Amino acid sequence: MTDAAAAVDRVFREEAGRAVATLIRITGDFDLAEEAVQEAFETALRTWPARGIPENPGAWITTTARNRAIDRLRRDRVGREKTDDAARLTALETLGDDVHEIPDDRLRLLFTCCHPALAVDAQVALTLRTVGGLSTREIARAFLVPEPTLGQRLTRAKRKIREAKIPYRVPPRDVLPERLAGVLAVLYLVFNEGYAATSGELLRAELCDEAIRLTRLVDRLIPGEPEVGGLLALMLLQHARRAARTDERGDLVLLGDQDRASWDAEMLEAGLATLERVGANGGGTYVLQARIAACHARAPRPEDTDWPTIARLYGELAALGSSPVVELNRAVAIAMADGPDAGLRRLEPLAEDLDRYHLFHSARADLLRRAGRPREACDAYRRALELTTNDTERRFLESRLAALESAS
Amino acid sequence: MRYILLIYGDEAGRGAMSEDDRHAMYAEYEKFANEITERGIGRGGDELSPVSSATTVREREGTMLVTDGPFAETKEQLGGYFIVDVDDLDTAIELASKIPAVHGGSVEIRPIVD
Repeated sequence: MTDAAAAVDRVFREEAGRAVATLIRITGDFDLAEEAVQEAFETALRTWPARGIPENPGAWITTTARNRAIDRLRRDRVGREKTDDAARLTALETLGDDVHEIPDDRLRLLFTCCHPALAVDAQVALTLRTVGGLSTREIARAFLVPEPTLGQRLTRAKRKIREAKIPYRVPPRDVLPERLAGVLAVLYLVFNEGYAATSGELLRAELCDEAIRLTRLVDRLIPGEPEVGGLLALMLLQHARRAARTDERGDLVLLGDQDRASWDAEMLEAGLATLERVGANGGGTYVLQARIAACHARAPRPEDTDWPTIARLYGELAALGSSPVVELNRAVAIAMADGPDAGLRRLEPLAEDLDRYHLFHSARADLLRRAGRPREACDAYRRALELTTNDTERRFLESRLAALESAS
Repeated sequence: MRYILLIYGDEAGRGAMSEDDRHAMYAEYEKFANEITERGIGRGGDELSPVSSATTVREREGTMLVTDGPFAETKEQLGGYFIVDVDDLDTAIELASKIPAVHGGSVEIRPIVD
């Protein structure tokens, strides 16, 4: 892609969600809106590099897409009379050239895409496609599914929206908290999919940027929701560490071993400032996780980490709905604050629930090693090795085990 | 838009209910039926006899097969339905969540093709 085309692509993607959302509000037709915006993109690729990017690209895209949609409906109408199309055409024609986005168009669209009556994988795909403006091919690659599978997933979801009449609106107050939680869950899922990607998988890593962009949007459109700010802060604080998370071989680097100078200082600041804005309000799961991430971010060296606070925050997380994994993290934080024996005591009751979870055994191995019980530590590393499916982790565990075996 | 709310539950459990519980359950259903009537969105609804009274008919290779029992044996059985005429799926979900069968059983919402 040339520089000019890349610039068009970037601006277009930033702005296309608005145009899609506005056209869906007016026509109620996802496919028509997407195709019209796609055609506007092709026009932009032809004209923007020569004439320059318009002053208000969002309005340009919406107006151009509207005109393409009108052309399409007129073309399709020839020879057959479709009342739905006629109504859409009238709505588009009366829109005029001065197309204003109703500020919550994208928000409505997001709530429609993340409606609980759709399967979660469909929610994710639809959100990235319509609100995020990613192509079907990009989403398919990012989620490692064949393109036709993803295409079908989108088609089925759009059909369900139409046939079951999933409303296109911001939900009323009484269901807003649970629906918002659903939207945030989808955004965090997108983020984690990108976060789990290794350094070679650039396209997947871009999902993190996309998730941050969309969460920022929700944060702007529904201001003052602590969990939205919490999720945004959490993503920024985690994503700021991306360069330090893997070494040149692509192997995972643990938090304590990361080169903190390669953390993205600007992004960390943005995350901390976002968390600051949330203030003392809200002790939801995202806010608490962000506060934990902030404890790591604020420590100039690993040994400066405020482990007692982290242990307390994990305690608050566990109080919201205890899960063995949260308890595992809590035990590790307690071990860092009060020593390995205190952590091991916390781990014992989790053994049954987490016996098949490799991170339980690797955490336990680490605590046993630090507690001066190398033989048991070796056994636990071996158990973790049996269970892990990730090559990077396997190499890490093997090196730990080898070091321990050669020392004893 | 019309939706049918299909009410599924464990018939055996319903049979084992105490008289008081049964009365309480029917009172809940009556309350729901009254609500949709008052809101002007009810388009009928019935309780069905147990699946032990069901008969299934199908034609295979030119032969009409009539068999005892439901189309499929499932853990939860279709026990009744309501039809409502409302704006969108969210309103249908709001109504479905008021049907007593959601506790323990489930309610399936299906749009009716116009």
